Amino acid sequence: MSELTITLMRLGLLVALWAFVFAVVGVLRGDLYGTKVTPRRAAAGRGATPRPVPRGASPASVPAEQRPVGRRFNVRSSDRDPNHLRVTSGPLAGTSLPLREAGILIGRSPESALVLEDDFASGRHARIYKGAQGWIVEDLGSTNGTFIGPQRLTAPTPVTAGTEIRFGTTVVELRR
Amino acid sequence: MTTVSAVSSRKGRNVELGLLVFAVAIVALAYINVGVAVEGAIPPSLVAIGIGFVGITAAFHVTMRLRAPYADPLILPIATLLNGLGLVMIHRLDLANGRDLGESMALRQLMWSAIAAGIAIAVLIILRDHRILRRYTYLAGAFGFALLLLPLVPGLGVENYGSRIWIAIGPFSFQPGEVAKIVLAVFFAGYLVQTRDALSVAGRKILGLTLPRARDLGPILVAWMLSVGVLVLEKDLGSSLLFFGLFVAMLYVATERTSWVAIGLLLFGIGAWVANLLFSHVQRRVLLWLDTFSREALDTSDQLARGLMGMASGGMLGTGLGRGRPQETYFAESDFIIPSFGEEIGLVGVFALLLLYVLLIERGLRTAIGARDGFGKLLASGLAFSVALQCFVVVGGVTRVIPLTGLTMPFLSQGGSSLLANWTLVALLLRISDHARRPVPDPEAPNPVANEQTQVVKLR
Repeated sequence: MSELTITLMRLGLLVALWAFVFAVVGVLRGDLYGTKVTPRRAAAGRGATPRPVPRGASPASVPAEQRPVGRRFNVRSSDRDPNHLRVTSGPLAGTSLPLREAGILIGRSPESALVLEDDFASGRHARIYKGAQGWIVEDLGSTNGTFIGPQRLTAPTPVTAGTEIRFGTTVVELRR
Repeated sequence: MTTVSAVSSRKGRNVELGLLVFAVAIVALAYINVGVAVEGAIPPSLVAIGIGFVGITAAFHVTMRLRAPYADPLILPIATLLNGLGLVMIHRLDLANGRDLGESMALRQLMWSAIAAGIAIAVLIILRDHRILRRYTYLAGAFGFALLLLPLVPGLGVENYGSRIWIAIGPFSFQPGEVAKIVLAVFFAGYLVQTRDALSVAGRKILGLTLPRARDLGPILVAWMLSVGVLVLEKDLGSSLLFFGLFVAMLYVATERTSWVAIGLLLFGIGAWVANLLFSHVQRRVLLWLDTFSREALDTSDQLARGLMGMASGGMLGTGLGRGRPQETYFAESDFIIPSFGEEIGLVGVFALLLLYVLLIERGLRTAIGARDGFGKLLASGLAFSVALQCFVVVGGVTRVIPLTGLTMPFLSQGGSSLLANWTLVALLLRISDHARRPVPDPEAPNPVANEQTQVVKLR
């Protein structure tokens, strides 16, 4: 075979090697798996901007009001029972996520249901779960505390719809 | 302002298949290139070797689809490409040294690749969950240290080229240090996941560095003494450095304390300095490193000098596969395979190879970040780091960054033990990444077991 063929093969091999490297890097870029980072615009367009999907399995993460209506009728408890959590102020203002009877975790740790990006929040900051009489918020030994109004929580405290709960600079409330 | 949320991760098996086809195509191109450049025609052995290689790759990929569907799609193609390129270079050196098919090293390397991939497939099938390994933490520790010290057993250990790191049973020889790397990573991960709270307690603060308490220094001192023991008794700088570096890196990952790295480097520095004062084989290595081209160094060994000259003659784009003279260097197919590649595919090609290693290691560390359990995190980061350190020691050695030590380049170098160990390592990484990327089961989803009534059975 001619010298030209060999030279072409030799350079082609180098090109192919680098093409492979770039193919891998390309897959890598689209494959930063596990988390999706959604940039948010300022709170101005609160209602209009698409809400970020809170962490959790996909069917549960659909905001409550968009869920199939049939689901609501299955809930036995009174109609006045809150069923989702809304962030009213702080970096995540406007986010809403459904409450789960097993409890949802709030904190900076990526495994939380509501991942706070707040220097004043702890990794596992607080938990909201369903108690015998209704929803209960429990501080999980956070550094800066969980507040209802001016009062810092020391024990699991029942909350009703509309009560403002504050972690660091984030304020959330339960909604129906 | 951003929110971080989970997406349902794609499995990525089709991406893997695509990249595997690409990798096999590159290997085939390189093989044809060697044949054309050396013999002037497409080699007839292409079909035999090609079928063997494609068979191994296909078997592995099918296993992945069945047993680890969520595993990282990039690890397997990268390992396959590196293994294949190693095969091509070994075949090319076979041709240069006039070895025919019967004594050909490439055929043996292909056989070892098949065995190694077979063992890796077996690991993927048998080991359903990497956390099972945690049960065998201390067994793994004992086994790992035994493997590390096995070459010292009289009658079993063999001293080759100044290092006592081989064992020979009948016609087979084996380098137990390669396997010890994985077993010890399992041990360190299991041990550190238990003790990391104690080991990260802050002690005195000196020069802005928070040191651990003096009583917590025990484990690192034991690891250090063992690694110095390996250095002195087996005269093997590479394994000793790999083993101690692995421990220090995993200690750092487990405790997040920089002071452990500082203490580790200090201890290693002391050990290396004392060894250089006392032992002639270490002094020889240092002389070869610092004054490679001096008269007394060339009288001892001109291997490093030949490797450097080879790379220099390759230049930027290389001489082309089959057109250089890498066979002039001793161990051109094992320890010095990087200079062989440097000569024939040039700096551009070697950088692509090194980037492939970087990407492989990055996938390992990414797996560690994604893993949900502490043991898996530590094990994945330890395994990835061991590959990184090994590449640094080998490439640093042949390029005169650090003294030359006898370690093999993962996947590229000729050698059965190295292939076995590295394919098993890849299988473990794949298992952990499958676990890490598997979607979390939805706690709201109805659990069929929970709705069942518990059956009460009365016997008699």
